[in-house]
Amino acid sequence: MNTIPIYTTKDFQSDQDVRWCPGCGDYSILAQTQRVFPELGIPKEKVVFVSGIGCSSRFPYYMNTYGFHGIHGRAAAIASGLKIARPDLSVWVATGDGDGMSIGGNHFIHACRRNIGLKILLFNNQIYGLTKGQFSPTSLQGQVTKSTPFGNIDHPFNPLSLALGAQATFVARTLDRDPKHMQTVIKRAAAHNGTAFVEIYQNCNVFNDGAFELWTEKDSKDDNVVVLENGKPLIFGKNKDKGIRLNGFTPEVVSLTDGKYTTGDLIVHNEKDSMLAFILAGMSGIPNLPRPVGVVYAVEKPTYEQLMQSQIDEVATKKRTGDLEKLFNRGETWEVK
Amino acid sequence: MNKITKNIDEVTIRFAGDSGDGMQLTGGQFTTATAFVGNDLATMPDYPAEIRAPAGSLAGVSSFQINFGATEIRTPGDKSDCLVVMNPAALKVYLKNLREGGSIIANADNFADKNLRLAGYESNPLQNDSLGRYQVYAVEISKLTQNALKDLNLSPKIVDRTKNFFALGLTYWMYNRPMEPTLKWIREKFAGKEDIIEANTRVLKAGHAYGETTEIFTVRFEVAPAQLPPGRYRSITGNEATAWGLMAAAKRANLELFLGSYPITPASEILQELSKYKNYGVKTFQAEDEIAGITSAIGASYGGALGATNTSGPGLALKTEAMGLAVMLELPLVIIDVQRGGPSTGLPTKTEQADLLQAVYGRNGEAPIPVFAACSPTDCFDTTFEASRIALKYMTPVIVLTDGYIANGAEPWLIPKISELPDLSPTFVTNPEGFAPYKRDPQTLARMWAIPGTPGLEHRIGGLEKENITGNISYDPDNHHLMITTRGEKINNITNDIPLAKVVGDESGDLLVVSWGSTYGAVHNAVETKRNEGLSVSHLHLKYINPLQKNIGEILSNFKQILVPEINLGQLIKILRDKYLVDAVGFNLVRGLPFSAVEIEEKIDEMIKRG
Ligand code: SF4
Repeated sequence: MNTIPIYTTKDFQSDQDVRWCPGCGDYSILAQTQRVFPELGIPKEKVVFVSGIGCSSRFPYYMNTYGFHGIHGRAAAIASGLKIARPDLSVWVATGDGDGMSIGGNHFIHACRRNIGLKILLFNNQIYGLTKGQFSPTSLQGQVTKSTPFGNIDHPFNPLSLALGAQATFVARTLDRDPKHMQTVIKRAAAHNGTAFVEIYQNCNVFNDGAFELWTEKDSKDDNVVVLENGKPLIFGKNKDKGIRLNGFTPEVVSLTDGKYTTGDLIVHNEKDSMLAFILAGMSGIPNLPRPVGVVYAVEKPTYEQLMQSQIDEVATKKRTGDLEKLFNRGETWEVK
Repeated sequence: MNKITKNIDEVTIRFAGDSGDGMQLTGGQFTTATAFVGNDLATMPDYPAEIRAPAGSLAGVSSFQINFGATEIRTPGDKSDCLVVMNPAALKVYLKNLREGGSIIANADNFADKNLRLAGYESNPLQNDSLGRYQVYAVEISKLTQNALKDLNLSPKIVDRTKNFFALGLTYWMYNRPMEPTLKWIREKFAGKEDIIEANTRVLKAGHAYGETTEIFTVRFEVAPAQLPPGRYRSITGNEATAWGLMAAAKRANLELFLGSYPITPASEILQELSKYKNYGVKTFQAEDEIAGITSAIGASYGGALGATNTSGPGLALKTEAMGLAVMLELPLVIIDVQRGGPSTGLPTKTEQADLLQAVYGRNGEAPIPVFAACSPTDCFDTTFEASRIALKYMTPVIVLTDGYIANGAEPWLIPKISELPDLSPTFVTNPEGFAPYKRDPQTLARMWAIPGTPGLEHRIGGLEKENITGNISYDPDNHHLMITTRGEKINNITNDIPLAKVVGDESGDLLVVSWGSTYGAVHNAVETKRNEGLSVSHLHLKYINPLQKNIGEILSNFKQILVPEINLGQLIKILRDKYLVDAVGFNLVRGLPFSAVEIEEKIDEMIKRG
């Protein structure tokens, strides 16, 4: 049996100079990824990072693994072909809100739907960074950007809802400013069998600074973020004094101190409940509700590559391994002397 | 009764009827029987463009043409000598395709009011004198079929479905084909359904006997076996041959085959065909769009498979950017474009050669890609195999051009021995010592292929310009120029790896006809005819469009005039003029149809006369 070498963070750092703007949230994503990888138990040579185009898509150059910097939007499709051809590899996609949700939206939803074993990290900064500041499909309505001087009139995508709608089997959210949380979520994604989708709130300090401040800054985050933990009630607030309960199908914030509600009235998170997942994902963007972060949904379903392999095995058992020579000579043939 | 047998060298027959009349099946059976006799042959189906056109309508006509002979057959035939029509609509659609003096065998029972009206006939053409220039056999095929099955107690629907076998039996008699292959097929196909076997057998024999015994048929024809290279043959369509060419290449390369594909007419059969062979090391991926088709194939190639994608013109356009990526990454990839009428959606079910410039030039930046074109259904196998060889050896995408005409057409294929096909095994790098992603083989200039999973070779590639050797991102101006020229040189190097071009006919003379792709057969026949008449004309057919073979310039310079017939407005001719500064003349008809040999012959005459 092959034993996997013991790695350190350094082993996953490539010799290339990292070229993101100083202060960019991408640095944290890179650091957490490099920190987590030694713990995943995957031989380094089996890891491939695939990306498209955008600031986020520089990611593969900085990981000392196999890397593939593709073309705009196509990372999920490239990675799908790679994973199907080589199910033995651990294939990761680094993408952004423009790359993955706009030009590559089609590939993204179909990768989710197929449950193909890709780990998709979406660096969501709600802006086009590399092209210097146009609005993206996750930019807010009203947002003033280089291409929306009078405010954005597009409705934004909610990446979590999109992924759930596309039948993803693992959907999570984390934040660039919360290294510990990000590490846990990346580890969970790595361990998931099938498509794992992780939305990462990533600050673009040059073109969209502070977009996620409310959920990342020390004095505001506790009152505005609810951290999802499987089997636990949804409690948040600086003093853990607030919770989320369902009023019909609508989540609402309740106080745990005014005597009206107790923790028993709150939503208890269940990662396997798809209806709940839709409700939790839908909380994003609704005023007065805290932003859920963590693993929203995680279920086991046969993966695309497993189904393909079992089909191959099944056909091979029924018809034996194909002999091309025999195939060519099968059916109606005739001899010319 | 005395029947005369005439010996002829070559015949073209078309079976035409309503989509429900089983004309493809009839044609297929006639083909098998003809192959059995040892004739050379080529076939061409023609399906209605609409999926469910109303029965009896012009839009619902389906046909099958076969050209067979005692000599080498290169096309499914221009005009037919015999037209079998099951209804008036079929006659209406294909009469113009029948040569003057040709025969019509018509199911007279179907030439009644409603069908005549649907076909736009005011009176019955079998009964007025509108068909005076042809030999008309009006046969009550439906009634004769019913009579043959009277005592079997079959539903009228089933009885009606066997009538195509009557027509088949009759043509077997007329062209002296054996019934046994079809009888065997009937027994196997309907095994367990004794009444259906009995019905089809009876009707086939009844058709045959009808020719033998009735007085209306006085002549039958004999077509002697052709002199074909010995060996085992099968019939194969261009799309099947393309699929099998890919499988054979992957097999000889010891690689898994990965096809990333999106359905598109007329290329979908390649995806369908390959999807059957799960147990042959073939993975097919029906992607969400054309772009995912090619990019998934690039991903698979990156992983060490033989990546391929197939499409038609509109799909090739969508794959453009990804093709450039494959050029930059220098990964093997086979891209198959089954051309159809364009631009835009154009004529999806019709043939055309108008993607040539798109294939050769249609990318951003300097992105040279080898382009090879198949000339016949069986040549699709060879061309695809050759494309795979070059893709693997030179680490490059290669485009294979076929078209709707040869993709759907079929001809006998001398089945190759897999073990005798060239070995295409690539060498994957495994030794980290001295490894660099863009280090090249000094001869071919191909870069090293290191696949994920190989310890110590972790590296990054991508669409940004690469630094020579290291493959790191580089914006250095001189490096960019170096990489651009190196990638170009690599593709030009392929000329050292492909055979020299051969002229058919004299090496010099008054006129050279240069063709590429599916016009091969018509041009070949036309040049042959004109040479037999004593004209100084030769033929050069190009499989390798990019790069062109080394001796093309020299060949062109040996002729006074050059004619380039193409089913486009002049695309190869632009390349030839550009590369060799020759004063070539184009012959361009863009009708969604193949050229006929006669059209080329007329053009040859015109050029020779002009001098
Ligand atoms: S533009 Fe924004 S996202 Fe891009 S590197 Fe700079 S800070 Fe980061």
